[in-house]
Amino acid sequence: MTIWNKKFECISPGELEQLQLERLQSTLNRVSRNVVFYQKIFEREGIIPERIRELSDLRRIPFTSRRTLRAAYPYDMFAVPLREVVRLQTSSGTTQEPIVVGYTRNDVEHWTELVARVLTGAGINRDDVIQISFDYGLFPGALGMHYGAEAVGASVIPASTAGSRRQITVMRDFRSTVLIAAPGYGLRLARMIREMKINPQDLFLRVGLFGAETWSENLRRELEERLRIKAYDFYGLSELFNPGVASECEAQNGLHIFEDHFIPEIIDPGTGRPLDFGEEGELVLTSITKEAFPLIRYRTGDITTLIKGKCSCGRTLVRMARVKGRTDDMFSVLGVSVFPSQVEEILTRIEGTEPHFQIRIDREADREVVKLLVEISPEIFSDEMKKMQKLKREIKGEIYKLLDLEVEVKLVEPGALIGRGEGVRRVIDNRNRG
Amino acid sequence: MPHQVAVFLENKPGKLERVTGLLAGAGINIRAITIADSGDFGVLKLLVDKPAITCNILAQNGLVATVRRVVAMKIPDKPGGLLNIARILTRQKINIDDAYGFVLKSGETAVFVIQVKDPDTAADLLKAEGIQLLGDNDLYFL
Repeated sequence: MTIWNKKFECISPGELEQLQLERLQSTLNRVSRNVVFYQKIFEREGIIPERIRELSDLRRIPFTSRRTLRAAYPYDMFAVPLREVVRLQTSSGTTQEPIVVGYTRNDVEHWTELVARVLTGAGINRDDVIQISFDYGLFPGALGMHYGAEAVGASVIPASTAGSRRQITVMRDFRSTVLIAAPGYGLRLARMIREMKINPQDLFLRVGLFGAETWSENLRRELEERLRIKAYDFYGLSELFNPGVASECEAQNGLHIFEDHFIPEIIDPGTGRPLDFGEEGELVLTSITKEAFPLIRYRTGDITTLIKGKCSCGRTLVRMARVKGRTDDMFSVLGVSVFPSQVEEILTRIEGTEPHFQIRIDREADREVVKLLVEISPEIFSDEMKKMQKLKREIKGEIYKLLDLEVEVKLVEPGALIGRGEGVRRVIDNRNRG
Repeated sequence: MPHQVAVFLENKPGKLERVTGLLAGAGINIRAITIADSGDFGVLKLLVDKPAITCNILAQNGLVATVRRVVAMKIPDKPGGLLNIARILTRQKINIDDAYGFVLKSGETAVFVIQVKDPDTAADLLKAEGIQLLGDNDLYFL
């Protein structure tokens, strides 16, 4: 197994701590001078960057939230003047206003190096032909991947948002060995391959990198089987680097966080209390090399756990588990906390394909009622009513068995859950409405 | 053997109008229609003159539809007409998933349609009993 940057990816714990501390101090220094928001916070909390002597001192600094970034739109969180910024992109978010993120030349270089690590971790090298099926636009994912892919010396196809048929023709004729896409889109391509009567074995695809939306182990298995590839997960966020915060190695057992660039913490999303290894909570990240858009203790909203212990790949960087869901998606009903990704996992197993669903929570006469709306797909439709009834019972039963949650299952037509120009909202909570 | 198109529909006003509108627009003739309802959703079944095209049109318009072969037979439109068929089905142990009928010519002939697991075997058994079976064309050009 090849490692792109052994010096940092296999750094010893002592050296890492020293490196993180130095980089943290210099980052805190810079933001205290150049970002009004941090200046004010440090003043209020009596934080003097020079006096941060240990990594644990970081915990004295309050969190930065997405709300803060939105209020700073467009440039108030920048730590450098615009003439030093070589690129501007926006963070995604289906329903919220965007956040503008800038990168200096150094930022782009770091980012490129981190993506090269992501790709190398998935066993990709200069002999590969990489098809990037992310939108090359305001969102950073496609260009981020592109730069990293060129850095490892692979041949890069910026397939972007070409239609599915076109993507597959390119994949077959250009002999793509790597597909980079959102997992749902990967599945759509797998379906199209079948529809076009192409045998996946006649393609050259061997690796898939999937990210940009929450997915599950079931979906990984399905993508691996249908496309005959090894499918890897990667993690990033547009406010920092996306991709380029963490990624899976060939062990496929957690994502190594690039700790020489980010300091991770896990907190209880309700109280903000720091949690230990193995405890599930919200990921908080501090950037320690970013110049244009540094963030201190940024609440990512992503739910995961940090995994302790050595990885068989030889990298020493800490691992995080696959992101389980978003704090803003999590809901509690009758004392049960549920992530939509858990529901997704169950539905994927039952349907044998990527499910489209929505959870609606209402209060009816002082009783909380959870409705699970599931879109019918050709894969699960049957013209025998008893099979459709059985499907409903099975979904209800599995959700009760595995999540301890009583739901009312409703089957709806395809496309019924998609709003105008938005993705499907996983959870609609009407309990606190008028 | 005739083909039956089945469509998933939510149980909401206007859904039937949508489907029939799509088919009318494409010049498709409906010979028989039945709806199995289950509270929040229903399965609409159609015998039409162009089943494959119908299925495509529905899928292109975002609906989930399937085609399957069914067994259609001609029976006399008189009391006891169906009883004879029912006896044969019982005797031959043919299990029916769904069934419906319609009259072709009042007082003379009716059509009885059954949806079964294995339509070929069912068709052979019925034919051996002297029942007159109908194909796609027989249904639409009677």
